[in-house]
Amino acid sequence: MIFIALLFIPRILSIHDLMLFEYGITFAIVGLGFNLLLGYTGLLSFGHGAYFAAGAYSVAMIAKYLPQAYSLEILIPAALFFSLVLSIIFGFVCVRHTKIFFSILALSLSMLLYALLFKLYHITGGSDGLRVTLPTLFGMSFKGIRRPEFLSGTYYYFLLGMFSVSFLVMKGIVSSPFGKALQAIRDNEVRAELIGIRVRRYRLYAFMISGMFVGLGGALWTFVNGHVTADLSHWVFSGEIVYMTLLGGFGIFEGPIIGAMIFTYLKLYAMGNTQYWMFVIGATLIVLVLILPNGVAGAVSSLWTKIKLKSD
Amino acid sequence: MWVVYTLNGLYFAALLFLISLGLNIILGVMGILNLAHGSLYAIGAFIAAWVIIAIGMKVPVFFLYVTLLSGLVLAGIVGFLMEKSLIRFMYKRTLEYQLLLTFGALMLLEDVIKMIWGGQAYYASAPFDLLGKVEIWGHIYPIYFLFVMVVALMAGLFIWLFMSRTKLGIMLRAISLDREMATGLGLDINRLSTFAFVLGSGLAGLAGALVVPTTPALLGFGHEPLILGFIVVVVGGLGSLKGALVGSLLVGFTRSFGIAVFPEIELPLLFLIAGIILVVKPEGLFGR
Repeated sequence: MIFIALLFIPRILSIHDLMLFEYGITFAIVGLGFNLLLGYTGLLSFGHGAYFAAGAYSVAMIAKYLPQAYSLEILIPAALFFSLVLSIIFGFVCVRHTKIFFSILALSLSMLLYALLFKLYHITGGSDGLRVTLPTLFGMSFKGIRRPEFLSGTYYYFLLGMFSVSFLVMKGIVSSPFGKALQAIRDNEVRAELIGIRVRRYRLYAFMISGMFVGLGGALWTFVNGHVTADLSHWVFSGEIVYMTLLGGFGIFEGPIIGAMIFTYLKLYAMGNTQYWMFVIGATLIVLVLILPNGVAGAVSSLWTKIKLKSD
Repeated sequence: MWVVYTLNGLYFAALLFLISLGLNIILGVMGILNLAHGSLYAIGAFIAAWVIIAIGMKVPVFFLYVTLLSGLVLAGIVGFLMEKSLIRFMYKRTLEYQLLLTFGALMLLEDVIKMIWGGQAYYASAPFDLLGKVEIWGHIYPIYFLFVMVVALMAGLFIWLFMSRTKLGIMLRAISLDREMATGLGLDINRLSTFAFVLGSGLAGLAGALVVPTTPALLGFGHEPLILGFIVVVVGGLGSLKGALVGSLLVGFTRSFGIAVFPEIELPLLFLIAGIILVVKPEGLFGR
């Protein structure tokens, strides 16, 4: 039902709001992937920006070096592939540790990528970044169309399609025995190991899957943003991903989606209204952590339960 | 030229030592990884710059250097406020909340700095210029850098003596080794934790203040030192003061020689080394 409503969004929203919405959707995909690792496996990575950057830079680099392959049906698998490779390499190193070491290791590795992207100016554009133009889709070319039309037309539906697919795939994953095993690992690692779950291996799988989702989000994001920079791998950006997931609530499946949407609007609202937007975001985060540790979705769901109990 | 590189390495190491010492004290005693540590460093820098600009020319030379302590003091005060308002809520919570809370504090403090000091750069080079240069083995080297090394060394000695000889220091160490036992023995954890946080923050502020005569204070000042401080702490071992020393020397020299030999590779090389050490010995070189 919500899905039907989403189909009509381009008619209702202005171009500017639509772009914002699309940003939100790409981050929603990122959030879904990230939460597999945080909410379901219990691992907090402060370095997931690296996979976002992997996906985003795959698109940008193909645009720069292989323009003949610059079409969505190649770009998306390429982004998935590169973020998968990166998450296997980084993940293999990270999952051997837990808690704080895991978070710091993930952070350091993402900063390694950041440093490489930043310094290798001639390949990656360094801090200037690379431009991303409109791709083709199954042979349909968009030459001559400007970005806003592209975004409000075909791309919106493509994005929505990708989001739906991600949503369903992730839903399937968390409901599967694999998903249950991850939750077992999160809740009690020792016990999970004792009943025969290969903890380290499953953590790696979770890491890989989350890396791919985040990379997909990154790739889809590039078309809305038009530009990629090394900051995407910086730990502050990774921190924003964590923020979004927590804001929505990492205990609930839909939480990160809500968090991503709210954060996108919150950030832009803050940036547009005051030059001290970081203060606003920081203060909101603090208040959130202290008062709503389960995020917005968590608070709503507790409220709902309370209301239901009262009415019985 | 190697003389200069080595000295530069020691200079970087000195600054990193102060920062990582602070981080380690907080981490050891409270178990909290303070992402806002870099902001305290920045606050130290800004206040020192401001004080030097405001009164620097009007006081005797000796006092000029004392003003650098203002960085330590203000950072300590901010640390105190932070602990009282935020950190105390974090004891019972898990790691995720700590990181997020301090991340929020980082963003908040970044803009607080902007609100108070605006976006401009603050140049306060008087302490640097006044000390002049000296000749070492045929190379000219600014004395100020040597001054910083001496200060860091003194601070390190002070902390070491404090931790091993004074009652307060021993209490802090007790808490970091076994929190529950320490509570059982009747130590006032809350007060001591606050003290540890203030001490750690003050060290960060001191580092910031020491740097400011050489680099103007700007927004975003604390970002790079924070990440380098993290690397030092992680490489040296979480909570280990010896590790902070070794780690900062390692990072300082890598930085200094890296920049000299192949500037592009310096930052990635650093993260690579950190990554390798973490893979081989995840607790860090001297970690528990």
